[in-house]
Amino acid sequence: MRFYEYEAKEVLKKYSIPLPKSLFVKDSDSAFNAAQNLSTDVVIKSQVLSGGRMKAGGIDFANSPEEVKEKSRIILELEINGLLPVGILIEEKKKITQEYFAAVTYDGRAKKPVIIFSDMGGIDIEEVANSHPEHLSRTHFSAARPFSPFTAKNAVAAVGVTGRELNQLSAIVTNLCNLFLERDLTLAEINPIGKLEDGSIIALDCHLDMESEARNTHSALLAEIGVPEEDNRQSRPPTQFEIDAANVDAADTRGVAGNLTEFDGNLGLIIGAGGGSLTLFDAVRAAGGKPANYCEIGGNPSVAKAANLTKLICSQPKVDKVAVMMNVVSNTRVDIVARGVIKGCIEAGFDPAEKIAIFRIPGSWEEEGFALLERYGVDYVDRSVSMHEAAQRAVEKMKGI
Amino acid sequence: MPAMFISIAIEDSVHKDQELCNRLVSMCPVDIFEISEKSQLITVEENLDECTLCNLCIEASSDEQIKIEKLYRSDSN
Amino acid sequence: MSILIDENTNFIIQGITGREAVTMAKELLDYGSKLVGGVTPGRKGREVHGVPVEDTVRAFTNSQSIGASIISVPPAFAADAVNEAIEAGIKLLVVVTERIPRKQVAQFVEYAQQEEVRLIGPNCLGIISPGKSKLGGVGGALESCEQAFQPGSIGVMSRSGGMTTEIANSLSESGLGISTAISIGGDAIIGSTYAELMPLFDADPETKGIAIYSEPGGRAEYELAEYMESSGSKLPVVAFMAGRFMDEMPGMRFGHAGTIVEGKADTTSEKIAKLSDSGIAVAEKIEDIPVLLKQRIR
Ligand code: SF4
Repeated sequence: MRFYEYEAKEVLKKYSIPLPKSLFVKDSDSAFNAAQNLSTDVVIKSQVLSGGRMKAGGIDFANSPEEVKEKSRIILELEINGLLPVGILIEEKKKITQEYFAAVTYDGRAKKPVIIFSDMGGIDIEEVANSHPEHLSRTHFSAARPFSPFTAKNAVAAVGVTGRELNQLSAIVTNLCNLFLERDLTLAEINPIGKLEDGSIIALDCHLDMESEARNTHSALLAEIGVPEEDNRQSRPPTQFEIDAANVDAADTRGVAGNLTEFDGNLGLIIGAGGGSLTLFDAVRAAGGKPANYCEIGGNPSVAKAANLTKLICSQPKVDKVAVMMNVVSNTRVDIVARGVIKGCIEAGFDPAEKIAIFRIPGSWEEEGFALLERYGVDYVDRSVSMHEAAQRAVEKMKGI
Repeated sequence: MPAMFISIAIEDSVHKDQELCNRLVSMCPVDIFEISEKSQLITVEENLDECTLCNLCIEASSDEQIKIEKLYRSDSN
Repeated sequence: MSILIDENTNFIIQGITGREAVTMAKELLDYGSKLVGGVTPGRKGREVHGVPVEDTVRAFTNSQSIGASIISVPPAFAADAVNEAIEAGIKLLVVVTERIPRKQVAQFVEYAQQEEVRLIGPNCLGIISPGKSKLGGVGGALESCEQAFQPGSIGVMSRSGGMTTEIANSLSESGLGISTAISIGGDAIIGSTYAELMPLFDADPETKGIAIYSEPGGRAEYELAEYMESSGSKLPVVAFMAGRFMDEMPGMRFGHAGTIVEGKADTTSEKIAKLSDSGIAVAEKIEDIPVLLKQRIR
C-alpha cells in the first residue's frame, strides 16, 4: 500500500527525519492561506499515487499567495496517468546545493533488506546505476537482528561522502531503516535528499510502501495519518464493478472469488487461481479475445460465493458471454464451482448453455461436475484440452456476436 | 431461490431420535440441518446446494433414514 | 532418483488439526507419504487420520529423527512454527502458509540459512516425487494426483501451486513424466529459488530436463539465467511465462504477492529476453513445454 507524499512525510517526521515545512490542502483558497503562513517562495505538489509528476506538470513553483492560488487551481484539476490528485502539498522552497538518493527495500535474491544510496539524487536511479555505478552503493543488512547504524554509515561512505555530510546522512538513513523494519514497509525511498546552503540536510520527496498484509498491525499509525481502512491504493481508483466483486469476496470467507479487475472487453472471465488466472488472461488475449475482467477463484469457494461472482459478471451490460476456466484443480472442487456458475447465470436471467462459452476446470470431483454441466447443456472440456485451446474456443464462440 | 441441485429426504423415524437429530445438525459441514420449532429435523433451503456430498450424515444414520438426491442426475423436470 | 524427498522421508505437519491440514494429511497418507504425526499446541493425545498429535515439535524429535516438516498454520503463527522446527533440528521445511509479512519471511529464511536448513515456500503447495512421496497439498486427492504426476524424467519448479499440477499434467500426458516437482512459492522472498534448486537437479541422474513456471516481479529468472550461463549445467530448461498483460499495467498487483511490475526488470518481456539469451527455451503455451523439452533432450 503506497502512501501519498503528504502522508509519507508525516511518517518521516515521526522518525526524526528533517523536512521542509509544508501544508496539505484540498482547494485553492486553503492553498492561498497555507502560502501566507509558510514563506514567499513555495512549491505546489500534486498529491497523486503516480511517478513523473514533474514531467506531467503536477509540480509548480510560485512566489506569492495569489500565484499559489492560481496555480493550485490548475494542478488540482490536472489528471496524471488518469488520476486526479486528492489534494496538493504546499511546501517552502529551499535552495539546494547537492542532491542525494536513499532507499531501503527487500532484495529477493539476497533475501535481505538492502540500502541503495547515491550522491546523485533527483534523477532516475536506474540511470545512475548504468552510467555512474561508482556513485551508487548497495548495502545488505539483517532483518533478524536490530539495525545497527554502522550499516547506514557504510552505505553512505561507499560513494565517497565524508565529513559532516556523512554523519548527517547516516543518521537519516539509520532512521529510514528503522522505519522500514518497524512499520513493515516494502519500500522506503527519499529522493531527493537535499543539502541546503547552510549545510543542513533535509528530505524533499519520498515514497513509502507498506505491506498490505501488515496493515492491521499498524492500524493506529494509519488512523493517525488519516488513511481510510477501505482505501486499497491500487494505481487507479476501483470501478463499481470491482467494488461489487470485492464485496462478494468479503461477504463469505469460504475460499476466494474476487480480486477482480475491470477491462473494456466483452468476454467475462471466471478464472483461477493465481497463476492460472495470469496464464488464462494471456491466453484469451493471445487468441484475439477481449476480456471484460480479470479475476481469481480458488481455495474452494462456496456455491453461493461462486454464484454471486458469476451473477455479477453476467449482469454487466458489456459482457456477452463468460468463460469459466482454471488449471487442473486440487483443493477447489469442480462440481462446486459448476453449481455456482450455473446458479449465478440463471439468477442473472440467462441460460447457462448460451451464456457460458466454455467450462474448462479439470481435477477433483470432475466427474460429478461434468454430469451437472451436461444436464444444463453447458459446453465443457476435460484436461485433455489445454488452457490455451480452451481460451481459443471461447474466443471463437464470441465471433458473430 | 429454491435449491437447484440437491434435495434431501428425512425419514420420519429420524425425528424420534433427538440425539441423532442433534448430531446431524452439528455434523454437517455446511449447516444443512436444523431443528424446527416443532422439534423436527428440517433442512435449510438456502444451504442445500452447498452440500459437499461428504456422506457424513448418511453414515451417522441407519438405512435410508437420510436420502440425498442429486437433482441433476435424475430424469425429472 | 528424485530430489529433496523420497519414499523414506518421514515428516510431521505443524498445524495438523487445521481444516486444510486435515484434508492434506488424508491425501498424504493415501499417497503413501511417511507422515508420522503432527503438532498443534494443546491438542496432545489426539489423532488425525490415525497419526498422533503432540504439543511440540520436540516431542517428536526427542525420540526419533524427523526428516521434514510441513508448516500449515495461520500467518500470525508461521514464523514461530518455522523457528521451532529449525531449533528442533529438522533440515527440510515446507511452508504452506500464505500472507506472512515479508519481514518475518526474511527473518526466518536467514535463520534457516544459518542452520543449513532447506526451506521451500512460503505460499507454496510443496514437493512431490511421483510414486515415492509428496509433502504438501500439491496434486490434491490420490486419483487426480496420480494422473497428473506420473514418474519420469522432468524436474518442475513453479511459482504457482496450481500451475505446478497443470504443467506436470502436460508432461505426464506426453510420456515424459516427472522426477520431482516443487511448488517454490509465490512470495517476493522465498526460501529456495530456481537457481538454488538447480544444482540438486543437476546432480540427479534421473532428471533429464527442467520445466519452470514464472511470472512478472522479482529477479529469480535472472538468477536462473546467470546460473545456466555460469554453471555448465547440461540440463535443457523450458520456461513458461505468465502475466504478459501485466507489462502494460505497472503498479497493479495480480495473482501472487510477489507479482507486480514496478520497474523494467519486472516485466515479462525483459525476463523472456534474458532467459532466451542464456539458452532457456520459452514456451508460448503449456502444451509446447513437452514438445520443446523432447527436442532438447539427448
Ligand atoms: S452429505 Fe455432508 S454436506 Fe451433505 S448434507 Fe450430509 S453432512 Fe451435510
